[in-house]
Amino acid sequence: MIAILKYNAGNTKSVQNAIQRLGYECIVTDDTAQLQAADKVIFPGVGEAGSAMEYLKAKGLDVVIKNVKQPVLGICLGLQLMCTASEEGATEGLGIFDVLVKKFPPRGIVPHMGWNNFNTINSPLFKGISIEDNIYFVHSYYAELCNDTIAQCDYLLPFSAALQKDNFYAVQFHTEKSGAVGEQILKNFLAL
Amino acid sequence: MLKKRIIPCFDIKDGRVVKGINFLELRDAGDAVEMAAQYAKAGADELVFLDITATQENRKTLASLVEKIASEINIPFTVGGGINSVEDAERLIRCGADKISLNSSAVKNPELITAIANALGTQAVVVAIDTKLANGNWEVYSNGGRVATGLDTVAWAQQAEALGAGEILLTSMHNDGTKNGFAIAITSQVCNAVNIPVIASGGAGSMEHFRDVFTQTTATAALAASVFHYGEIGIQEIKDYLKNEKIAVR
Repeated sequence: MIAILKYNAGNTKSVQNAIQRLGYECIVTDDTAQLQAADKVIFPGVGEAGSAMEYLKAKGLDVVIKNVKQPVLGICLGLQLMCTASEEGATEGLGIFDVLVKKFPPRGIVPHMGWNNFNTINSPLFKGISIEDNIYFVHSYYAELCNDTIAQCDYLLPFSAALQKDNFYAVQFHTEKSGAVGEQILKNFLAL
Repeated sequence: MLKKRIIPCFDIKDGRVVKGINFLELRDAGDAVEMAAQYAKAGADELVFLDITATQENRKTLASLVEKIASEINIPFTVGGGINSVEDAERLIRCGADKISLNSSAVKNPELITAIANALGTQAVVVAIDTKLANGNWEVYSNGGRVATGLDTVAWAQQAEALGAGEILLTSMHNDGTKNGFAIAITSQVCNAVNIPVIASGGAGSMEHFRDVFTQTTATAALAASVFHYGEIGIQEIKDYLKNEKIAVR
């Protein structure tokens, strides 16, 4: 069973659809026992970092996510909340990845919206994927490059398109909206 | 490199795709869910659905259509038409839409842009602007292009950005359905005046038109309906053409 974290900043429906299209069963839940018992946990997110983090803390979900032992996949805002802190609303994150989330400089069009390819990829998460493959991004804030970076992308500057540390994986792009390439990456995660 | 997006647009009436010529005569073009799946497979970068009948009674029909589309396709899509409140927007996003598009309701009540952006994030809010050149001014029209608002197009686009819009969908009504090409001048002016992505719309008739709007403006996406729906230009065909013209596409 795949558990999708239910909280106030979810695009849970799309993630749920994508997982079901791949033939996996999934539940959308904020129940600690269900999250801990799941084979994999997906931490999706679309929205504003500050209010999302407040909600997670109020429900005690911040502690639950940090302590989950099975593979976790953060998507978009999920990735940003797994970092140390975000410039968006001066939000303190979960601190799983020791890296800051910053706002894109105003010299270009923000949000970074649309299909972009990788600069580098280095993880079993990208099995069968090449750096020319395009994935769909929508974000105004980005995680800097760091030791946990497993994929780089370039928009105005190079940033972390994906991060990994221990059982925690996270992608800045939307696997669930990135066509066949996104499906492959999601499939790779689900097969971990 | 970020790619230029090609976006087929669907005018929806009672769950089916129709396309008006200059916003008037409606022709039936097909089943929305089936067409959406076909376009996603063919390589469309995003889809836009505009419910042109958008009435109270049609809201449930639209929500269930959005749910069906979301379960069928794996690319992003925007839904517009008759969204008058945060609740309307939230319902469609919950059903699986990635963005909602505001047009007349934002003109009538600009604070709605901010309210929805606060609830769902700016990335989920597209402000659609229908524009027409009248007496030397590009003026904003509302209510499906029937009502002149007195608003200047560039000023309104800037205001929409300041209020929380994450993207502008700019349709030139003169050009819409004519297949004479995108309105380059006003598209360029709007692109230069805002710092958010602009989708050019209205007038696509040939592959050269797409090239021109991408080389002569900084629009990050181009939207069209009839040339795609009636099979005059294929999605792969336009992508191959643009690649040849050294424009980055997926």
